[in-house]
Amino acid sequence: MISIKDVQKVFPSKQGQLKAVDDVNLDIQEGEIFGVIGYSGAGKSTLIRMLNGLELPTSGSVTVAKRVISKIRGSELRKARQEISMIFQHFNLLWSRTVSENIAFPLEIAGVNGPERKKRVNELIKLVGLEGRENAYPSQLSGGQKQRVGIARALANNPKVLLCDEATSALDPQTTDSILDLLVDINKRLGLTIVLITHEMHVIRKICHRVAVMESGRIVELGQVLEVFKNPQQPITKRFVQQVTEPEETKETAEHLLERYPSGLVVQLSFIGDSVEQPLITNLIRQNNVTVNILQGKISQTQSGSYGTLFIHLDGNEEEVHKAVDYIRSQQVGVEVLSNG
Amino acid sequence: MDNFLEMVKWIQLLEATRETLYMTSVSVLTTFILGLVLGLLLFLTGKGNMWENRSVNVIIAGFVNVFRSIPFIILIVLLIPFTKLLVGTMLGANAALPALIIGAAPFYARMVEIALREIDKGVIEASQSMGATHGHIIFKVLIPESLPALISGLTVTAISLVGFTAMAGVIGAGGLGHFAYLEGFQRNRPIVTLVATIAILILVFIIQFIGDYFTKKTDKR
Repeated sequence: MISIKDVQKVFPSKQGQLKAVDDVNLDIQEGEIFGVIGYSGAGKSTLIRMLNGLELPTSGSVTVAKRVISKIRGSELRKARQEISMIFQHFNLLWSRTVSENIAFPLEIAGVNGPERKKRVNELIKLVGLEGRENAYPSQLSGGQKQRVGIARALANNPKVLLCDEATSALDPQTTDSILDLLVDINKRLGLTIVLITHEMHVIRKICHRVAVMESGRIVELGQVLEVFKNPQQPITKRFVQQVTEPEETKETAEHLLERYPSGLVVQLSFIGDSVEQPLITNLIRQNNVTVNILQGKISQTQSGSYGTLFIHLDGNEEEVHKAVDYIRSQQVGVEVLSNG
Repeated sequence: MDNFLEMVKWIQLLEATRETLYMTSVSVLTTFILGLVLGLLLFLTGKGNMWENRSVNVIIAGFVNVFRSIPFIILIVLLIPFTKLLVGTMLGANAALPALIIGAAPFYARMVEIALREIDKGVIEASQSMGATHGHIIFKVLIPESLPALISGLTVTAISLVGFTAMAGVIGAGGLGHFAYLEGFQRNRPIVTLVATIAILILVFIIQFIGDYFTKKTDKR
C-alpha cells in the first residue's frame, strides 16, 4: 500500500544542512496499523508529511496506493490527497463551521452534491459517535470530541490511508484510549491502512501491528510490536518499551525489595504471547523446593497478543534457587535477576 | 432659541448628511473589495505561504506603505490631476471618491493581512491535506476564518473614512465637513459647526454599532 524508497529530506538551516529524514526504506501493507515512534526532532513528523506530499523528499520516492506522491503535482496530487487523509495533534478544525459543516468540508472540496453530502455527514457523525452535537461549534467541544470531528472529516471521502500526526498527544489518557479504540474499530470495519506517529509507547502497544523506531532521521528498529516488546535491540527502543512495561516507580520498588529481602533472589520475569497464560508459578513451586513470593505484576494487551512483567522473590537454599531460575528460563520466559547494588 | 435653530439650515444639513453617507458608503464598499484583494495578495505572497514571491510582495508592500503614509489632505491635492482625468471635475462628492479609496484601501489591506496571519497555519495545512485548491482555501478557509477580524477592521476603516470625507469636504467635495466649514466656520456660526459635528458623531456611532454587532455574530471562537 505504501512504499518509501531511499528517502532523504534535507532542510537548509543556519548551521548548514539538517538531515531530517536519512535514507529511510519502508513498506506498509494494506490494512495494517503501522506506528512510528521517536522523540521530537527524530524526523517522524517530516516522514509522515511526505506520505501526502505536504513535504517533498530531497531524494528517493514515496508511493501510496500506486501513486508516486513524490512525483505528482497539481490536480493529480489533490486527487491523491483525497485518498490519503490526515488527522492532527491540534485537530485543525475550522472554528467558523459547525461539526456538520466541518465534516462536509472535504466533501465540498471533492465536489459532492448537497443532498448526498448531508447523507454522508450523518453517517459519519454516527460512526464517530457525535450524535446530538451536529450543530455545535468546535469551541464548544472537548478535545476528544474535536478529534472525533477530525476523524469523521478524514473519513468523509472514503480514503485508503489514514495518517495520524500525534493524534492523541493533546488528549488525556482516558480520551486517548477512546480515540485509539475508535481507530482500531475503523481499521477493522473499513479495512483502512493507518500510519501513526507518536512519542508514546502506550499508543503503539495498544493499537499497532508493526512499529518503526526513529532516531535522528533514521529507522533504527522495525518489527512486529510484540517482537519489539519481547526483544528490543536498540537502547532507545528499550527506553520506549520501559515506558509501558515498567511503571515509574519500578526502580524504587526494586531497590526497596532488595533491601527488604537480603536473602534469596529478586527476579523480574517477562512473559510474551502464549507464555502469559501458562501456570508458571504453580509449576515452579511444584517442581522446585523454593518459596515464591509475588511482589508486583502487570499484564498488557497489544494488537497481536499480550505480554506481562512479574517481580517475584525466590528464597530457599542457594542451589535450589538457581535451579528454579534455570527452570523459568526453560519456559520461554525472560528472566532478569535484580542484584544488590 | 428660535433664532438659533433658524441659523441651522436644516435642508442643507440633510443634504450634507446624504452626501457624506454617499461618499462613505461607496468608498467603504470599494475599499473593502480593493483592500481584501491587496491584503490577500500581501498575505499569500509572503514568506512560507501559498504564492510565496518575494518581488511581488515587496512591490505591493511598498505601494501600501507609501499610500498609507501620505497624510490624507496632501493625498487629495496630489491626486487632483488623476481625479480630473477620472471624474472630469474637482467638485462634488464623486470627485472625493478616488482620493478616499486610494487613501483607505492600503490601510485596510494591512488590516486584512494581519487578520489572515492570525489564522492557524495548521488549518490551511489540513485543507491542503484534503486536496483543496487555492480557490477553496481562499474562499472557504481564509476569508470565513478571519471574518470577525475583517469586519472589525472594516469598521475602523469606515470610521476613518467618515473623517476623510469631512477633510475632502473642505476642499469642495460637499458633505458634512464642507457644511461645517463653509456655513459654520466661515460665516462665524459655531452652532452650525456643532450641529454638523453631532451629525458626524451619530454617523460614527451607528457604524461602530453595526460593526460590533456583525463582529460578534460571526465570531464562533
